[in-house]
Amino acid sequence: MLTDLTLAEARAGLRAGRFSSRELTQAFLDAIAVLNPKLNAFITVTGEAALAQADAADVALARGEQRNLTGIPLAIKDLFCTKGVRTTAGSRILAPFIPPYESTVTANLLRDGAVFLGKANLDEFAMGSSNMASAYGAVTNPWTRRGDNRALVPGGSSGGSAAAVAGRLALGATATDTGGSIRQPASFCGIAGIKPTYGRCSRWGVVAFASSLDQAGPLARTVEDCAIMLGSMAGFDAKDSTSADLPVPDFAAACARGVKGLRIGVPREYRSDGMAPEIEALWTQGLDWLRAEGAEIVDVSLPHTKYGLATYYIVAPAEASSNLARYDGVRFGARSQGRDLIELYEKTRGEGFGDEVKRRVLIGTYVLSAGYYDAYYLRAQKVRALILQDFTEVFQRVDALLTPTTPTAAFAQGERMDDPITMYLNDIFTVPANMSGSPGLSVPAGLDAHGLPLGLQVLGRHFDEETVFAVGAALERAAGFSARPGMLAGV
Amino acid sequence: MSLDPATVRRIARLARIRLDDAQVAQMGAELNSILGWIEQLNEVNVDGVTPMAGGTHNMAQRLRADAVTDGGIAEQVLANAPDREGAFYTVPKVVE
Repeated sequence: MLTDLTLAEARAGLRAGRFSSRELTQAFLDAIAVLNPKLNAFITVTGEAALAQADAADVALARGEQRNLTGIPLAIKDLFCTKGVRTTAGSRILAPFIPPYESTVTANLLRDGAVFLGKANLDEFAMGSSNMASAYGAVTNPWTRRGDNRALVPGGSSGGSAAAVAGRLALGATATDTGGSIRQPASFCGIAGIKPTYGRCSRWGVVAFASSLDQAGPLARTVEDCAIMLGSMAGFDAKDSTSADLPVPDFAAACARGVKGLRIGVPREYRSDGMAPEIEALWTQGLDWLRAEGAEIVDVSLPHTKYGLATYYIVAPAEASSNLARYDGVRFGARSQGRDLIELYEKTRGEGFGDEVKRRVLIGTYVLSAGYYDAYYLRAQKVRALILQDFTEVFQRVDALLTPTTPTAAFAQGERMDDPITMYLNDIFTVPANMSGSPGLSVPAGLDAHGLPLGLQVLGRHFDEETVFAVGAALERAAGFSARPGMLAGV
Repeated sequence: MSLDPATVRRIARLARIRLDDAQVAQMGAELNSILGWIEQLNEVNVDGVTPMAGGTHNMAQRLRADAVTDGGIAEQVLANAPDREGAFYTVPKVVE
């Protein structure tokens, strides 16, 4: 079954000529036709273009011209601008938007021969943890609780990307992570996902949410698949002033390094009183696995962890309120008519933005407004500096940190919608790495009592994704995670 | 700190987002809940801490030469305009 292959296996099969990229791509398009009506993982499917890219890949492969991802079908989060292909950011306000340019990350993937199946669903402007906040409908997680067929959320904001990969509708997917939007959906959908170091992937052409936090990364079924994809996505880009001018290491090679002699920190602040016993047990199990592989486990402290989320909900909305000012109904996107310019702006934005986006833009506008800037925004930037300092000090003593990715497994659609803060608490373990800019990887490590996947998170030093991959791959080997979601097309 | 409906309306006006009365009430309650939760940052001693202004770690902001590197693509720039006349965007009449 071609759709059940990992990215690495599919790449080997293509290179050995066991099947063509057209066959592989068609298998995924067929799977999308069957399962996407249930999952709603894709907003746009670009079947014809995908088959044309696959044919070009087959010609290249026949000539022996193989690049990193030649002929590999991927899903692209609908936050990455794709030339000539509608890019909505999950918002009504961008419903008519067809970018005349290609984002750097997707251009890098195309350069390396990838095939794009289509644009994946997401929370509007990447603001959310459930994918319930998309103007193009909720995404359904391919996993269900044992004996309970209620639809579960895939997490967010990269919920369509994660559901597509877990449901075998793509070999991998691009995603972005501002507060956990790669790692939390990876955990909820039983797949791997890494938010690399801030600056590792160019933000150019990615619809902006919070520019000092946004970072692109891959979602895929295995740690090695993520490493292969990141190798193509990453790299210096002069068009992003925060892009890191550093060479891209061989991430895939790092997966085989092992953890012998590494020091792994266990931050005690992540052990909250309310933590589900099975998550605490999985965390302990993960530490035992690493110890058995030769790592040394060290208790550490990140004292400002508990302030990460509150800091995030000042910094991210402030930046969002500024970034989203561009949606004015004049230059691009949807427009609502008004008698004067102010009414045009207010109606365009009032009708074009969903409730979560409005909430965050209003919070951001308030914390940046005259008289409140110092009390909120400046204070949050100082707490952010303390969170970074925590990580800097800890990484002088340890090589990586191990934590749970999320406080719970996936929840049902419609749950946790009562008040915004309940939803925000999903990101409590993932947000600190965005505040500090550190790399973080979620690895599927076990199942909860209902048969739902749970992830463990590996955090590393700035620009040391290689150690993160080494630790993540060791966990993956030890966990031997082989459970499969209930909703799969044709497997 | 609690936002009254007039303040919610003022913020919405600054953000150029139209809210009806029901939305003002609901958003106001939600914003107050979020702002109340954020108050916990007041516990943190931030004396003498330099604010972290960006996501870039230990790297100086890179500057580029002040030179034109792109342009001459008016059609592409205007291609997504909701309404245009020739090479111009249109807006409702601003000056009487």
